[in-house]
Amino acid sequence: MTAKKFDYLINGDKSKWEVIIGLEVHAQVLSKSKLFSPSPTKFGAEPNTQVSLVDTAFPGMLPVINQFCIEQSIKTGLGLKAKINLNSVFDRKNYFYADLPQGYQISQYKNPIVGEGEIVLDMPYGTKKVGIERLHLEQDAGKSIHDIDPDNSYVDLNRSGVALMEIVSKPDLRSPEEVNVYVKKLRSIMRYLGTCDGNMQEGSLRADVNVSVRKVGDKKFGTRCEIKNVNSIRFMQLAIEYEARRQVELLESDKKVNQETRLFDTKKNATRSMRSKEEAHDYRYFPDPDLLPLKLEQSLVDKLKKELPELPDEKKERFIKEHNLSPYEANILVSEKEISDYYEEVIKKCDKKLATNWITVELFALLNKKNLSILQSPVSARNLSKLIKMITSGKISGKIAKDVFVKMQVDDKDAEQIVEKEGLIQQSDPKELEKIITKVISNNKDKVEQYKSGKEKLFGFFVGQIMKASEGKANPQLVNEILRNKLK
Amino acid sequence: MSNISEFSLTRIVSGIKKKDFTSEEVTRSFINNSKKSKKLNTYITECFDQAIQSAKNFDKKKDYKGLLSGVPIAVKDLFCTRNVKTTAGSKILHNFVPTYESTITSNLWSQGSFLLGKLNCDEFAMGSSNETSFFGNVINPFGQKLVPGGSSGGSASALAANLTPATIGTDTGGSIRQPASFTGTVGLKPTYGRCSRWGIVAFASSLDQAGPMTKNVKDCALLLQAMSGYDPKDSTSVDIKVDNYTSKLTEKIKGLKIGIPKEYTVDNMPNEIDNIWKQGVDYLIDAGATIKNISLPHTIYALPAYYIVAPAEASSNLARYDGVKYGHRAKGNNLVEMYENTRSEGFGDEVKRRILIGTYVLSSGYYDAYYLKAQKVRQLIKNDFDKAFTDVDAILTPSTPSSAFKIGDKKDDPVSMYLNDIFTVPVNLSGLPAISVPTGYDKNNLPLGLQLIGKAFDEQTILNLSLAIEKRANFNKKIKVWWN
Amino acid sequence: MSIDKDTVKHISKLARISLDDKKIANLSKDLSSIMKFIEKLNELNTDKTSPLTSIINASLKSRSDEIRDGKIRDQILKNSPETNKEFFVVPKVIE
Ligand SMILES: [Mg+2]
Ligand SMILES: [Zn+2]
Repeated sequence: MTAKKFDYLINGDKSKWEVIIGLEVHAQVLSKSKLFSPSPTKFGAEPNTQVSLVDTAFPGMLPVINQFCIEQSIKTGLGLKAKINLNSVFDRKNYFYADLPQGYQISQYKNPIVGEGEIVLDMPYGTKKVGIERLHLEQDAGKSIHDIDPDNSYVDLNRSGVALMEIVSKPDLRSPEEVNVYVKKLRSIMRYLGTCDGNMQEGSLRADVNVSVRKVGDKKFGTRCEIKNVNSIRFMQLAIEYEARRQVELLESDKKVNQETRLFDTKKNATRSMRSKEEAHDYRYFPDPDLLPLKLEQSLVDKLKKELPELPDEKKERFIKEHNLSPYEANILVSEKEISDYYEEVIKKCDKKLATNWITVELFALLNKKNLSILQSPVSARNLSKLIKMITSGKISGKIAKDVFVKMQVDDKDAEQIVEKEGLIQQSDPKELEKIITKVISNNKDKVEQYKSGKEKLFGFFVGQIMKASEGKANPQLVNEILRNKLK
Repeated sequence: MSNISEFSLTRIVSGIKKKDFTSEEVTRSFINNSKKSKKLNTYITECFDQAIQSAKNFDKKKDYKGLLSGVPIAVKDLFCTRNVKTTAGSKILHNFVPTYESTITSNLWSQGSFLLGKLNCDEFAMGSSNETSFFGNVINPFGQKLVPGGSSGGSASALAANLTPATIGTDTGGSIRQPASFTGTVGLKPTYGRCSRWGIVAFASSLDQAGPMTKNVKDCALLLQAMSGYDPKDSTSVDIKVDNYTSKLTEKIKGLKIGIPKEYTVDNMPNEIDNIWKQGVDYLIDAGATIKNISLPHTIYALPAYYIVAPAEASSNLARYDGVKYGHRAKGNNLVEMYENTRSEGFGDEVKRRILIGTYVLSSGYYDAYYLKAQKVRQLIKNDFDKAFTDVDAILTPSTPSSAFKIGDKKDDPVSMYLNDIFTVPVNLSGLPAISVPTGYDKNNLPLGLQLIGKAFDEQTILNLSLAIEKRANFNKKIKVWWN
Repeated sequence: MSIDKDTVKHISKLARISLDDKKIANLSKDLSSIMKFIEKLNELNTDKTSPLTSIINASLKSRSDEIRDGKIRDQILKNSPETNKEFFVVPKVIE
């Protein structure tokens, strides 16, 4: 594969513009109970049933932190190769909103639990490192519902107090595609770690997207806008494209970009200013006096580090070395932990190269078509392994294998049984094959003449006739050999 | 039988145990007194029927194991009480009925006592005179025109007027000790972290601490023992063993070193306060203590630092009162208008002042100059005490720079009101325990208290020293009942 | 620093408290005298002092990740000025 060059620039009327993007990803910590209260975090429950007195901010209620959430954020920090801060502080971020019962969010401002780290992206034009600025723990807000009643809003506090990790990138991203790869990579790392399920439909992963533009060649960043709470990668990409163009148009007509918070309208595919946020943009952060500073023991960090599973980057290196995969193939196979698990199960008993092909081509096509995840695959890893083994041992042909694969998709039917039952075993007995070939040659004497007088393309015709006569079971390699001899 | 309501808590507990009287008799005695004392305006909510029921149940069970068996207790209306209205003295909570019980009141009830009623206080405990309550000011039984102090003014007044055998208050800047001093009662602010804050309407989280208010030092030890202890629901509560304060209570204080800080004096401080202070020194010398002059050089900065830290925390703690989940809600065409009208109608003037000061000192561009500066000063004040306590076992000061003042006297001048807490505030900023013990009278026959400040978690020493003073001062409450 | 009427208006907006002109004038006076009192701290040089982070010398205690609450919607909504038995109901939010 030839390396593509990076080419995402906005062509304005006057100049070319580079797009600068930074992400603040909010990832829900995978935990049973909330960050500061023991009520459940389950998604999709009846409104206001996953709520405690603490989550509702009743007078006199106090926060008590969830140890598991602390450890989850340390693990995530370690997965991002980041510095773990042994001393961190919880602050209050003060603002009024219907779904923020305390009138403040408990977050971490000056002293987050995790400091600088990085994520490596594999782009078609090479690897790219994206800096992580920080990761901090904070509470989620509840949910306001505005479209049930024309005069009122409805408030559900089920999410109120759920633990979030806010993962802030440096402004290192340069295109919607890089954002796509970044979010997927981050999600993959957290899923390997088991710290966030990454489910964007359920809001477990959202991002605030910071966008600015500058003329190609400029060193200084332009004024940025923050697009709040975008909950799908596609919307992030659309929002960036729209916002970058909007800013270029402003700047090329000698107007200024205002630093502001914007909202992505998914119906219009456009961003718009969010005035309610602007008017009171003074969060009055200060250390939460209900909580003491969080001091971590280095021994806890060390312990969690030891327990860390193999992460995508390491696994990729290993796959390339151990299984002789190309970086491209390895990337695909490690992109999700479940895929890599599936792959490793398949290759326990069959050829690795062939397995790679079967998984990335046939299996992925099937999953895509049926919109299934690898965990929902109709064909189990063990069964696929059997199928591939039959190909390499010459028991069935690759062509037959594709038919068998279709049949396996119903109830994960055993590959070997299908082959036995339907008599699909490859014909590899030279004597039997000779019989078929002799018959085909004698039935097509005119074609043999033409072939011998130089029309060599007809070779394929004979092969086709032989395969047809053998109902596709003839071993193609043997057929080639015998036929060539016969036609001499 | 003499009037039970005049007895100390200790005597009532032992009287019930010895069956000198029943819990119901005790309860009726306090209820009768309370009913005759409406003029003092001490109660926001009376739970009299319920209390009699509880007393009758107790008398049937006769379970005398608890420290407070069979005793009715009225508490400051800042403690959340299950199914009993809890207002914090504010209109914004005028209709709030908690479904939960504060840890402190739970602790009292599990020692065999029960709720007599909810006592008036300054709105959200912000005040030093009880004049900021939405439910009207409380009167000091020592004089019709006098404030009882604040913010636990209803508690102090009710206790002094024998409307409850003991009570609990909260102390953020002196709110237990100052009203105790103004009403001739004993009030103790425990070490920060000794008593749980769970279920207490918060004013300033890093300063708030609940504590006992009683008629004498022994009662104080008993009530402190009943309420103290680690609470896993409060992250700032400290897991340190609670002493058996009553069994260790002794006036034998021979050999203890007492510090006298030269900075605890203000311009125009009445001579009587100096005299009482000297008197206290003499009492302690008489009991065998040695006296040492010390310096707490940053004392003068405590009050300004307090008026940054406390309002800052309050501005955030009171953000939850927005008309959505509970309490008062005003009309508004949209959410923001509803918020603004609710909070404008629901909060009184002093609360508004403090919310605005707190909002200001935390706002963008001012944080370092005010809030951070105050936290640094707080460190200096704490360092002063740490240094002093390497040399002395406790510190003796006046509780307040004056005796009870007249209603309305300082109402329009917030700063002169704040100056009332000048001797009590440094203790809150440092988290230390301190007690006010009644020691004498001024020329108008108004009570004056002395404050003993202890080392962190050493409540026992200041209780013992207070007992030594109490024994010698022979303080007799000179109250004429004028309000019945 | 004195707190003028515009500053009072600004912080009352942040604090979500509506005030009429008379209140604003009174508050400007009161808050200014309080701030003047507070500014006594400026006499002190605190360049070398680190701020107090907590008066308790301990680390934050934590709890284990167990569900021990929830399913108390009646209690949660009981004190609310307006609900529809499932949700808190508030005047329309303008975004
Ligand atoms: Mg953000
Ligand atoms: Zn955030």
